[in-house]
Amino acid sequence: MTNIKDPKKYEVIGTRPLRPDGTDKVTGRAIYGGDFEMTGLIHGKIFRSPHPHARIKSINYDKALELEGVIAVVTADDLPVNPVGNIAIGYSRGNILAKDKVLYVGHAIAGVAATDPHIAEEALNLIEVDYELLSAAMNVEEAMDSSSQRIHENSFMKEFGEMTTTNNNIDEHFQHKMGNVDKGFDNADLIVEGKYSTVMVHQGYIEPQAATALWRADGSLTVWNSTQGSFPDRDELSNILDIPISKIKVVPLEIGGGFGGKIPIYQEPVAALLSKKAGKPVKIIMSRKEVFESTGPTPGGYTWVKIGVKNDGKITAMQSELAFEAGAYPGSPVGMGSLCVFAAYKCDNQLVDGYDVIVNKPKTAAYRAPGSPNAAFATEQVIDEISQKLGIDPIDFRMMNAISEGDRRVDGPKFPVNGLKQVLESMKNSPQYQKKLEGPNKGRGIAVGYWFNVGLQSSCSITVNTDGSVNLIEGSTDIGGSRASIAMQAAETLEIAYESVNPSIVDTSTVGYTAVTGGSRTTFSTGYAAHLAAEDVRDQMIKRASEIWGVSNDSVVYSKGQFSSNADPELNMSFKKLASQLEKTGGSIAGNGSINPKKVGGSFSGSICDLEIDPDTGKSTILDFTAIQDAGKAIHPSYVEGQMQGGSAQGIGWALNEEYFYDQNGIMNNSSLLDYRMPTSLDLPDINTIIVEVPDPSHPYGVRGVGEANIVPPTPAIANAMKRATGKRFYNLPMNPPAVISKLNQDS
Amino acid sequence: MAKVFIPALLHTFTRNVSQIDVEGNNVRTVINNLDMEFPGIKSKLVEGHQIKPSISVAVDGNITPMGLLEEVGEQSEVHFLPAISGG
Amino acid sequence: MSKKVHVQTKINGEDVEFLCEPRQSLLECLRDVIGMTGTKEGCNDGNCGACTVILEGRTVTSCLVLGVEVDGKELTTIEGIADGDKLHPIQTAFLENAALQCGICTPGFIIATKSLLDHNPDPSEYEIRWWLANNLCRCTGYDKIVRAVQDSAKKIKAQAGG
Repeated sequence: MTNIKDPKKYEVIGTRPLRPDGTDKVTGRAIYGGDFEMTGLIHGKIFRSPHPHARIKSINYDKALELEGVIAVVTADDLPVNPVGNIAIGYSRGNILAKDKVLYVGHAIAGVAATDPHIAEEALNLIEVDYELLSAAMNVEEAMDSSSQRIHENSFMKEFGEMTTTNNNIDEHFQHKMGNVDKGFDNADLIVEGKYSTVMVHQGYIEPQAATALWRADGSLTVWNSTQGSFPDRDELSNILDIPISKIKVVPLEIGGGFGGKIPIYQEPVAALLSKKAGKPVKIIMSRKEVFESTGPTPGGYTWVKIGVKNDGKITAMQSELAFEAGAYPGSPVGMGSLCVFAAYKCDNQLVDGYDVIVNKPKTAAYRAPGSPNAAFATEQVIDEISQKLGIDPIDFRMMNAISEGDRRVDGPKFPVNGLKQVLESMKNSPQYQKKLEGPNKGRGIAVGYWFNVGLQSSCSITVNTDGSVNLIEGSTDIGGSRASIAMQAAETLEIAYESVNPSIVDTSTVGYTAVTGGSRTTFSTGYAAHLAAEDVRDQMIKRASEIWGVSNDSVVYSKGQFSSNADPELNMSFKKLASQLEKTGGSIAGNGSINPKKVGGSFSGSICDLEIDPDTGKSTILDFTAIQDAGKAIHPSYVEGQMQGGSAQGIGWALNEEYFYDQNGIMNNSSLLDYRMPTSLDLPDINTIIVEVPDPSHPYGVRGVGEANIVPPTPAIANAMKRATGKRFYNLPMNPPAVISKLNQDS
Repeated sequence: MAKVFIPALLHTFTRNVSQIDVEGNNVRTVINNLDMEFPGIKSKLVEGHQIKPSISVAVDGNITPMGLLEEVGEQSEVHFLPAISGG
Repeated sequence: MSKKVHVQTKINGEDVEFLCEPRQSLLECLRDVIGMTGTKEGCNDGNCGACTVILEGRTVTSCLVLGVEVDGKELTTIEGIADGDKLHPIQTAFLENAALQCGICTPGFIIATKSLLDHNPDPSEYEIRWWLANNLCRCTGYDKIVRAVQDSAKKIKAQAGG
């Protein structure tokens, strides 16, 4: 591990420079997925299931093909044949274009390409599908009931990768165990338990998915899209279309929000198949309705939590059962929820069971710390209940039971250095917490949250320009200002000005493998790779200086932008000067850095919420909100604050209004931004931020990813505030006005 | 001797043994030796010559991208976890 | 497909003419017919504000205006906010205050902010939040956007010598 420079000596890190892509973004010049144009472009639309669960008996698209302007139609028959026994590829291809069965309203069945998007839309009305309707399971309880229709008839519940004989719409059972919970509960003076339920919500990115595909006559495929990961997209396209990755290039455009929802691909393979048939590039942009119904929201489901404590507040046992909606195909974040549910608490006796449940809803995708908010909604309320019953301040209670370095998480690994206690201290000392909150119908709630963060592969190249500036080539699509924070790390290592670094985000043919922009990994891993590339450049420049001066390599020192030599005090040259001489002394210099970090520290966060309810209307007003998070080292504090504020706003929407509202026919009734109610500027107060810095020693600058953990504590903090404002505990989300009124009326 | 933690769902397979010291200087050797103690456990962890795609290996608390090839030290802890990601 | 209509309009001070079908929204005309993609589509039903433009002095969601409706009228879009190569104080304020993360909502917010400050050069925080409530942002939580608007007001006043 490289040495961490003394943070007091950072020249660039910790400052707030302007982002390099800023001018294009404020002038409307930045090219997002939907803005992309090319010669000969035609337009695609997707025909989707109106039923939540049905067998497809036949598809006839002859009439669609006859419509003037329609150029091609594709269905699942245009995808490669699934190898027998390969369930996973069947699921992947099935979600792109349904084969044999439709499993949710909005499930794609066919794609149409036409000269004009309106014609393509009209053509959808001419596709005839004959369905045999099946009964649908629309929540985990229905799905797990033994009498309900099996959605994947030949699939059985897996435990640690092995199929059991249980066939009940549960795709997988996770379990983690530590110590002995029965003994732990026997030892407890007080036990509190509760079952907390949430419903499906969406990441809510403002830009709908957009992609253009060109399948050329030579069999090569290029896709231009808004994506959180062009390399994983390339892998998935190769997998689904059964063509080698050498034939595929994914060119990431600017992306208008993702939050995990733009990690999977949806219309890209359909656009590719249409392009292959049409011999022209095909662009498909999703409508807002399609974004809600046909992409990857995050699950609803329940988290049941039971915690036992001694009278002095020490936790003796913790147990949880989580059942999350996977949607139509397996893969809810229940595994992640299972390891996060008790992460903040030191307890030797824990038992967690998680169930991944298939339901007739869109396949869920990651949404900012997936699974952790659902779990925290339960745990943080049970903890709140306990601290109230014992008369202990809720922050003090958490401090008493907080994990430290070396304590174990329920799935086994020991926690590395972390900032939980510092986050709790900062919460206690925050201006908001120190202020009294008085008056009827008001309440203050707090909560903490955790995300483990991932490392994964990143690769960067840096080339030196003759004027002393450098080009930084990286592959992490920029959803939140990461281009700047990655460039800042390169500038710090190279000891040159931030403005001298020109970052570019490039396609899959131009830089080494770089994993998703997600998992709170980008500033950490891609920043680390940029740092390594910068070190490589620095070392090559040192060698070049030694050659120019005719001194030994070891005698050359680089410090604060200047090369000098111990062999002769007269020898001195700036980075800029050396750069100007490269061409004539051997040629230009380029450096590389690639990383797949083994050690990654997680991030703890906290929320403090003061709210007031109107007992007549049930409306809640957030009076004050503070987000606290351990960032390790905030490279660009404005963008760290931005992540904390954004995650808090999403958490507030999740708590108070957002929900997928289904009718009895399994159809979502509120698939528009009017009725799927996300917070507006008028719904939120200023969001205070407190950045805690407990450096992660596994990163050269101590960075901890901050993208995700901040969405975990808001919903329970708000629920805890509601409890104090109303006297009632909320076991369901959202806590919208009708829910509040109903709770208030549910008196004595 | 590395300390191997048996995943909760395999405890019935290992007669409720949840932790066991096993010799081996990399994950592959550790698993082979573990299989000598609990015959059949290897097939629950390994597919072909790789860790099963649904499983991650953590050595000393760090999930390794190197799977069976990851080195294991004298005092190392080895955990087998469900594979996870993020958003 | 109906016969196209010839529309003559003034966009960002320049005369622009185009042909469009009666069913095409102004948003579609801007993006797909004229090729001005700075105005963004988020929902196509007036609920996100990403497509906000100024039409005859009023902010409108261009997805709910038909292309044919702007015949003989004046529009301002994001492409017209900067003065040549000089950013408008609002644009500078958004950058300096880190009021954008993904940036997709930013053109809509800048247009809405211009409209606000044209009508009310010294808005309170409540007035800012009220005026911007039709523009959704999912990344920032609005905090830095509000500060950018407050900063914009200061910068505009300073520029005017006030």
